[in-house]
Amino acid sequence: MSAPATVPGPVVAHGAAVAVEVHGVSRVFGRDGTAVAALQDVSLTVGAGEFVSLIGPSGCGKSTLLRLVADLDRPTAGSITVFGRSAEQARLAHDYGIAFQQAGLLPWRTVRANVELPLALHGVGRAGRRARADHLLELVGLADFAGHFPDQLSGGMQQRVAIARAIAEEPSLLLMDEPFGALDEMTRERLQVELVRVCAQTRAAVVFVTHSIPEAVFLSDRVVVMSPRPGRITSVVDVGLGAARGDGLREDAAYFDAVRRVREALHGGSDVPSRGVETR
Amino acid sequence: MRRSAVALGRVAPAVLLAVALLAAWQAVVVVGKVPAFLLPSPTAIGGELVALWPTISGAIGVTGRNALVGLVLGAVLGIGSAVLAGLVRAVDGLVAPVVAGLAVVPVVALAPVLYTMFGAGSELARQLVAAVAVLVPVHVNTRRGLRQVRQVHRDLMRAYAAAPGQVTRTVTVPAALPFVFTGLRLASSLAVISAIVAEYFGGPRSGIGSFITTAAAGSNYARAWAFVLGGVVVGLVFYGVALAVEQLVRRRSGPATA
Ligand SMILES: Nc1ncnc2c1ncn2[C@@H]1O[C@H](COP(=O)(O)OP(=O)(O)O)[C@@H](O)[C@H]1O
Ligand SMILES: [Mg+2]
Repeated sequence: MSAPATVPGPVVAHGAAVAVEVHGVSRVFGRDGTAVAALQDVSLTVGAGEFVSLIGPSGCGKSTLLRLVADLDRPTAGSITVFGRSAEQARLAHDYGIAFQQAGLLPWRTVRANVELPLALHGVGRAGRRARADHLLELVGLADFAGHFPDQLSGGMQQRVAIARAIAEEPSLLLMDEPFGALDEMTRERLQVELVRVCAQTRAAVVFVTHSIPEAVFLSDRVVVMSPRPGRITSVVDVGLGAARGDGLREDAAYFDAVRRVREALHGGSDVPSRGVETR
Repeated sequence: MRRSAVALGRVAPAVLLAVALLAAWQAVVVVGKVPAFLLPSPTAIGGELVALWPTISGAIGVTGRNALVGLVLGAVLGIGSAVLAGLVRAVDGLVAPVVAGLAVVPVVALAPVLYTMFGAGSELARQLVAAVAVLVPVHVNTRRGLRQVRQVHRDLMRAYAAAPGQVTRTVTVPAALPFVFTGLRLASSLAVISAIVAEYFGGPRSGIGSFITTAAAGSNYARAWAFVLGGVVVGLVFYGVALAVEQLVRRRSGPATA
């Protein structure tokens, strides 16, 4: 189960609040004959303010786990709490912000109106929305594009709008499912640096799904390694590169060491290399 | 200056072609001594158009009004039934076979029955025929439009714990609108055609269709063609307006992929 490089269990300061608690969760899709065990007996704790990545080959249940935490889907067995309440209560209380691989902007709304969407749905007044959207667009470097429509932006810019929308209500938890998955490497690295900066400012806990080892290592406090059929957690790698992440980190020996440890954890579980995972 | 020159350059070939065709038509009719019942000459038709303009413009007004009343009535019924069918499963089961039936019935065939129902002096039968013809494409397109919400938007609305009314306003209606207006564009032509053809089957002698039948029955072929031109005007106005509105809506709602 555990590779030598693994530090099991949560690395949370004593007494710190817990953001997400996943306990013995399974999710089976379909009926007896064609049942797919997307997740089996998964347990995971994410501390407040902690950045945790879920990594593993495609089909290992990363998205399923994220959707369960977001209460977009219900587990077949086990329990999930978010800030001490059920996933449903947390969703109804707007406890988290979320971003997907597709930016999912509303094409008939301007960039500004897209960022304001969660605020408008939750009853924030016009002036408050506007001020907040201006601030957020400044934060993601799109202040000049507030009046544009999504189809006038590049993929990377759309994804930045989606991230601004996800953090619009200053959630204490951010759920992100391969938000940079469709972007080129250079845009991706720039947005990673931006995300680290935004998270440092908002102090949100993040559950980040990716299938890129360098991305997981660069962003995370801990990397959760998963394997498919049935989807389960095989090991947890403590990255611990500290809060001051910049592009320089990508040249650092500690970074390379962490990349190596995650790669070994990914491949350690089986004799054949995991397919569908970028090891660049 | 330059822009108008460019516009002229784009329009000029079409105008030239039309003029050339009309001239050729005139030449064929005059030189070939084509009998009027086969094909009247453009000048004969033009003469009738000018001489009868008060009657023709009045007929345009009557037929246009019938088509418009039918379009509005059919659109309200088509959109309303589609929305209800989307909301209530029982209504869906009720409405689907009715719309399927209406789609295969040639609606103008109803006209004679409706004339006897509402009296030969009433325009109501024609308006109802147009409304039924409009109902089908509007209903079908609205239903399709209401199913266009993308999964990522549905997830987003659930993540935001949006109320059903908010989901409708935020994603369902905007995603459906381009489809509704495509249905309306298709329906606008059908409304005019149905209103004119319904007049062929009787009713008051007031609209384009009834004057076409009278003129043709009186062997007044150039006059019949002049009224046909009036019908073309009604059709073009309806189609042009509907097309412009549809494109406006599409531009505002952006491409479906963004
Ligand atoms: N809605 C669903 N219905 C049926 N099977 C599903 C559904 N969602 C996911 N699965 C299956 O569950 C497994 C895990 O999927 P997913 O969580 O999307 O994997 P990942 O995000 O790691 O690529 C896959 O085998 C997938 O086919
Ligand atoms: Mg996935």
